[in-house]
Amino acid sequence: MTYASKIDREQITHYKGSLMRFVDEFRDAEMAQVLSAQIMSLCEPGRQYKFMEVCGGHTHTIYKHGLEDYLPNTVTLVHGPGCPVCVIPMGRVDDAIFIATRPDVIMTTFGDMMRVPGGRGSFFDAKAQGADIRMVYSPLDSLRIAKDNPDKRVVFMAIGFETTAPSSAMTVLRAKALGLDNFSIFCNHVTIIPAIKAILDSPDLRLDGFIGPGHVSTVIGCRPYEFISRQYAKPLVTAGFEPLDILQSIAMILVQLDQGRCEVENQYTRVVPWNGNPRALEVISEVMELRPYFEWRGLGFISHSALRVRDAYADFDAEQIFEMPGVRVADPKACQCGEVLKGVLKPWECKVFGTACTPETPIGTCMVSSEGACAAYYNFGRFTRERVKEATRT
Amino acid sequence: MTGKRPRVDFSLVETKGEAPTNVPKEQSASWAEEALREHYEDAELAQYEIGADHLTKEEQVLKRIDRARARKARLKEELITLAHGAGGKSTHTLIEALFLREFRNPLLEPLGDGAVFSVNGSRLAFTTDSFVVSPLFFPGGDIGDLAVNGTVNDLAMSGARPLYLSAGFILEEGFPIVDLRRIVDSMQAAAQAAGVMIATGDTKVVGRGKGDGCYINTSGVGVIERPISLAASLAQPGDAVIVSGPIGEHGVTVMLARGELDIECDVSSDTAPLHELAAGLLDAAPGVRCLRDATRGGVATILNEVAVASGVAVVVDEERVPVRGDVNGACELLGIDPLYVACEGRMVVIVDGAEADTAVAALRAHPLGAGSCVIGRVKDDPPGLVLLKTTFGGTRIVDMLVGDPLPRIC
Repeated sequence: MTYASKIDREQITHYKGSLMRFVDEFRDAEMAQVLSAQIMSLCEPGRQYKFMEVCGGHTHTIYKHGLEDYLPNTVTLVHGPGCPVCVIPMGRVDDAIFIATRPDVIMTTFGDMMRVPGGRGSFFDAKAQGADIRMVYSPLDSLRIAKDNPDKRVVFMAIGFETTAPSSAMTVLRAKALGLDNFSIFCNHVTIIPAIKAILDSPDLRLDGFIGPGHVSTVIGCRPYEFISRQYAKPLVTAGFEPLDILQSIAMILVQLDQGRCEVENQYTRVVPWNGNPRALEVISEVMELRPYFEWRGLGFISHSALRVRDAYADFDAEQIFEMPGVRVADPKACQCGEVLKGVLKPWECKVFGTACTPETPIGTCMVSSEGACAAYYNFGRFTRERVKEATRT
Repeated sequence: MTGKRPRVDFSLVETKGEAPTNVPKEQSASWAEEALREHYEDAELAQYEIGADHLTKEEQVLKRIDRARARKARLKEELITLAHGAGGKSTHTLIEALFLREFRNPLLEPLGDGAVFSVNGSRLAFTTDSFVVSPLFFPGGDIGDLAVNGTVNDLAMSGARPLYLSAGFILEEGFPIVDLRRIVDSMQAAAQAAGVMIATGDTKVVGRGKGDGCYINTSGVGVIERPISLAASLAQPGDAVIVSGPIGEHGVTVMLARGELDIECDVSSDTAPLHELAAGLLDAAPGVRCLRDATRGGVATILNEVAVASGVAVVVDEERVPVRGDVNGACELLGIDPLYVACEGRMVVIVDGAEADTAVAALRAHPLGAGSCVIGRVKDDPPGLVLLKTTFGGTRIVDMLVGDPLPRIC
């Protein structure tokens, strides 16, 4: 067959234009081959390796680019708890919807929150029932909506790790400076360190190292991870979000294991400063404080693992302003997300994976957003590698 | 603020903090329990299945999933949500579980771009489409030429020469006549360019707040002059997959024209009538199995429909998929895959592999097909799936989306 024999290079460069700078150079297939060979040579023959990528953004990259094709069979990636919309407990979604359905409220939120199910449906369902829920791309957009609708109360559904917390905090400061009295945030920000600690403390865990979260580290830096190498003797490499970043980080972890070291290293130096972003930390600290405990879907209650608005900013705290049911919605017993998050089970080993639990009806946290371990596997990897390789062979 | 500056310690790993003492009372999610009940009924049936012993555990699970996916579509929601209109899985469920179930007939059943039937020896194609785009005017076009081109294209994808269109307007009280005039002018221009006549129409006005300015529905009739049959179910292993130009321009243009994103980018809609391009192709390559315009849901959705309807695998080479640099950049910023973004002037062609070069040459001979290229091919296994060889050198599945592609937060 002739049509498949030549790739029309000219055509491709014509439409792709010049390289997408800071993106395409980190997706180079030739470089990937080099790193793949290096990873292969660093693996001790016969030894099985399990590494956890903590961040959902990494999970997404791994599946989107088919990165596992570059890894030997002895290296398994375990997809961690770092998908912020996935870990929001269903009861909190119900509370948010309870606020959103008040006739005097406009709720704003990030796009990927829209499909996250609560006990009685998602934001999309609430919207269909008449709630005024709007997608924003920055929490600051909510302030414009608040200004344009002085007779309404605008509530921003604040979610995310330390990555998005500064922008939520900044929005509260801005609202205060502008004297807006019809804006508040429903704070559901979570912090990554206690979650990693909870995973490390689980008895059935067997991990050889961590691919550390990149975006979170731009805010908190790399220092907070040091307990992982000191107390738990596991290496951690903070990684960027392009596929080559992740391959290089895996190689860096393997080098550490090979040399008998376990340290915190930074692969994502082009973005992550070792000590984080002091200004962002200051802004969070000004507006928010740690909660004594918070419930995570799949992991249960974890102490000091989330943020709430300080009393000094109570006027901007939806939890202080609005009554809400505060009912806890338990995950169904059949759900094995906890085991998947800890790497004890592969997504497909869960009893309800792909049958009862699908991206359309996500029973458990890992199926909720495309960054969740199960959803990523379902959407992108739902076939044995052998058959996929056979089909894509030229 | 006075006194010590507050500080949050993100490296706090002391977990002996306050234990939750006043844990709120628990409920269960009824929708989740319902899904589980169904699952257990299925699992019980599956026990009686024999001949699966030779499969690995993972393969058995994947088989179980296949069976769950093959289950008849059921409409579980009580209300229509925006996802039902996004062209992905929810739209398909709505169509199959409600419309097709009630209206079922041989013309509707193939769920093609139009119905094909014979009247007094002439083969005709008949189709309809509604347009609710916001904003009404965007770089490269407006709701008017979109409404004409959309229906012209649906006829062209059935292999027909478009003849007559209807135009139904639903206007909102207070809508500026000057805007309506602009829309009607561009409809007439588009109709002339496509060689069709807007032969009948209807106008309704709804109260202020009951519509979004202007909605348009167009229906169209065309005549099929070649002895061909085109359908998503006719793809065969060995066939080539072609797109007629760079993808995703319309979708990205409209997304940016809404002005919510604060991204500036020099793109314009690709809206165009494809009937001449399609006719030239059908003259040159009799081995064309299927033509589809890649509108809502993008190229990925069309390819999934082909894979499922024909029981084949579609393997796409990401490196060959033409995407303009600025469209790619905007998609990258938003975390959206261009394969799911709508086009209004591009088509996907499935053609006998032996005629792929001829087909590409015929398409490139027309200005609207200058960017045509082969992006992949059809294989026999695994059936019903679209696979992507990524530019990075890996492989993954390209599934149908549940609803609209949503921007990711981080």
